[in-house]
Amino acid sequence: MSDQPKKTYILIVRERYCKGCTICVTFCPKHVLSLRGGKVWAEHPELCIGCKMCELRCPDFAIEVHEKGEELGSGVDDMDLDLPPEALHD
Amino acid sequence: MSSTLSYFRQENLPHIWCPGCGHGTVTGSLIRAIQRLDLDKNKVCIVSGIGCSSRAVGYLDFDTLHTAHGRALAFATGIKLARPELKVIVMTGDGDCTAIGGNHFIHAARRNIDITTIVMNNNIYGMTSGQYSPMTPKGMYGTTAPYGNLERSFDLCELAKAAGATYVARATSYHVPLLIDLIEAALQNKGFSMVEAIVQCPTYFGRKNKVGGPVEMLNWIKDGVVNVKAAASLPPEKVAGKKLIGELHNAPASEYTADYDELIAKVQRTYEGFQGGLYGCASNSD
Repeated sequence: MSDQPKKTYILIVRERYCKGCTICVTFCPKHVLSLRGGKVWAEHPELCIGCKMCELRCPDFAIEVHEKGEELGSGVDDMDLDLPPEALHD
Repeated sequence: MSSTLSYFRQENLPHIWCPGCGHGTVTGSLIRAIQRLDLDKNKVCIVSGIGCSSRAVGYLDFDTLHTAHGRALAFATGIKLARPELKVIVMTGDGDCTAIGGNHFIHAARRNIDITTIVMNNNIYGMTSGQYSPMTPKGMYGTTAPYGNLERSFDLCELAKAAGATYVARATSYHVPLLIDLIEAALQNKGFSMVEAIVQCPTYFGRKNKVGGPVEMLNWIKDGVVNVKAAASLPPEKVAGKKLIGELHNAPASEYTADYDELIAKVQRTYEGFQGGLYGCASNSD
């Protein structure tokens, strides 16, 4: 085993975009994801190896994988992903 | 992907495609390829025709054009000739590109004009409820083929190659990293590039042919293809009846808009200082 610390990942799910097609749930090699209430849910995020196949295969742009400590880009941290973007306009 | 999402018109999302439709995957792959190449948003123009696949441009934050059925390549040719500095991308479906727009497709390929065409092949006319298209495999079912399709389907990559396209590749919505690589290479190719993306249509094709939902359809697509590099070392019986994925043809040739500019410059040089009269025209008249 290498001395490098194990990488951990954050999974961001946009429930408003998810249509529950189960592509990500089925093809995840580590069975990280599951379906809850018809939407995708990261059940075991600690098992994620960051292959990003869920992010790439998702037809609805509903899930994204970030390494912990990675720069998330503008406004992702404080963005309420359940709100439609048009609701943010005055 | 937050930076990926910045390439979308987020007020239009979530999109109207069915749950598990592969068109979203291909749209995402295009965006990731554009992101890797770091193209200027104002220098990219995306054109589409009519069909499920052609809805993609409505969600993309570039200069986009949603045109008449099958005529996406005709409009794109006009854009490219008027503004050769733009990166012109055509997103089209199998019915749009091979049936109604078949002629535009082969002639754009023949001219080798610098357009990147992404054909999302779901083997059926999805938007109009599942009629068979020229890409529906023989024996498969559709709304207009209740006893099985009698017609043979196109091999679109061979067609593009024969018509003169300089970059031809095929991938599927299962092999997404490959699809992104191929779209990236196609965008960099100077000349007509065609990437065929085989996608699933769980609503019409999957249901009518009893293949199943999105996951079963993706497995079905995966089993029906073999990588062109692996095919070279596999025994022929394992490759028989399967479609090849990967880069199938890459033969750079002189590009149409560059040739056109050259011709204009040449004619301008010939007639420099032309004041009227018979100079230069005499040899053509009797």
